[in-house]
Amino acid sequence: MLLIHCPYCDETLPEAEFAYAGEAHILRPDNPADVSEEEWRDFLFIRTNAKGPHYERWRHIHGCGRFFNAVRNTVTDRFLTTYKAGEPRPELDTLTEDGQ
Amino acid sequence: MTVHVDLLTARELASSRAATVSLLAPVVRFSLRVGADERDALSSALGVPLPTRIGQCSRQGETEILSLGPDEWLVLASESEAAGIIEACAAIYADAPHSLTDISDREVTLLIEGPKAGELMTLGCPRDLDRLPDGEARRTVFDGVSVVLWRDGAERFHIDVWRSFAPHVMSLLTTGCGELALE
Repeated sequence: MLLIHCPYCDETLPEAEFAYAGEAHILRPDNPADVSEEEWRDFLFIRTNAKGPHYERWRHIHGCGRFFNAVRNTVTDRFLTTYKAGEPRPELDTLTEDGQ
Repeated sequence: MTVHVDLLTARELASSRAATVSLLAPVVRFSLRVGADERDALSSALGVPLPTRIGQCSRQGETEILSLGPDEWLVLASESEAAGIIEACAAIYADAPHSLTDISDREVTLLIEGPKAGELMTLGCPRDLDRLPDGEARRTVFDGVSVVLWRDGAERFHIDVWRSFAPHVMSLLTTGCGELALE
């Protein structure tokens, strides 16, 4: 089982308490009527599908209930870091495979 | 098959030399949601400080407040105190907006105690409970069910379970209680 660090609880906890919530840092257009059909399609459906470090959202659903962001290596399944929602995305070169 | 289980009568559910599982009497529960700016106003209205770290409990008489999240608290009280709490919070609502919801009937409380109480909890809870200090609590998961788990002492826990999940959790604990006694 994966161990995930919740940035709100400040504890490293078993995966069973968390739920995956898709790719992070995807902004909904302020006014959907103004964007083209291609941009709207990209917002709804097109994801990076990264092999390697992936910015993604998680929710501590059986805990504090908060959504937060994480960087996970999709090949090794290792979490490089987790950070609170709303914080800027960390640069990849500052992260190591040891994470947390 | 629908199983009707009496969840209102406090009683012992299972007992072995490993552990004892009991259903506790109903208490009054409130869910309190309030932002950081209004937190102090709520602390003085309730007469109990709202703990700031997730999992911390503060107690005053029969009232207990547990921090469940950055802006979420669980308030436990006796039936006689409930009206006073609602009144005190309503009085400051204009200056300190918040949400106080009566959720007394949503959950039931189970008490697990005995020499193997910790081992019994590991049947459903993936957390490392040895790292949970006495007197603190956490919302966590028990065999797929969200529960609030208090550690009262080395061999004593109690959990709040949503009433619709209670028959499942009760039967799992009852089975475990018997199995651990056979070892």
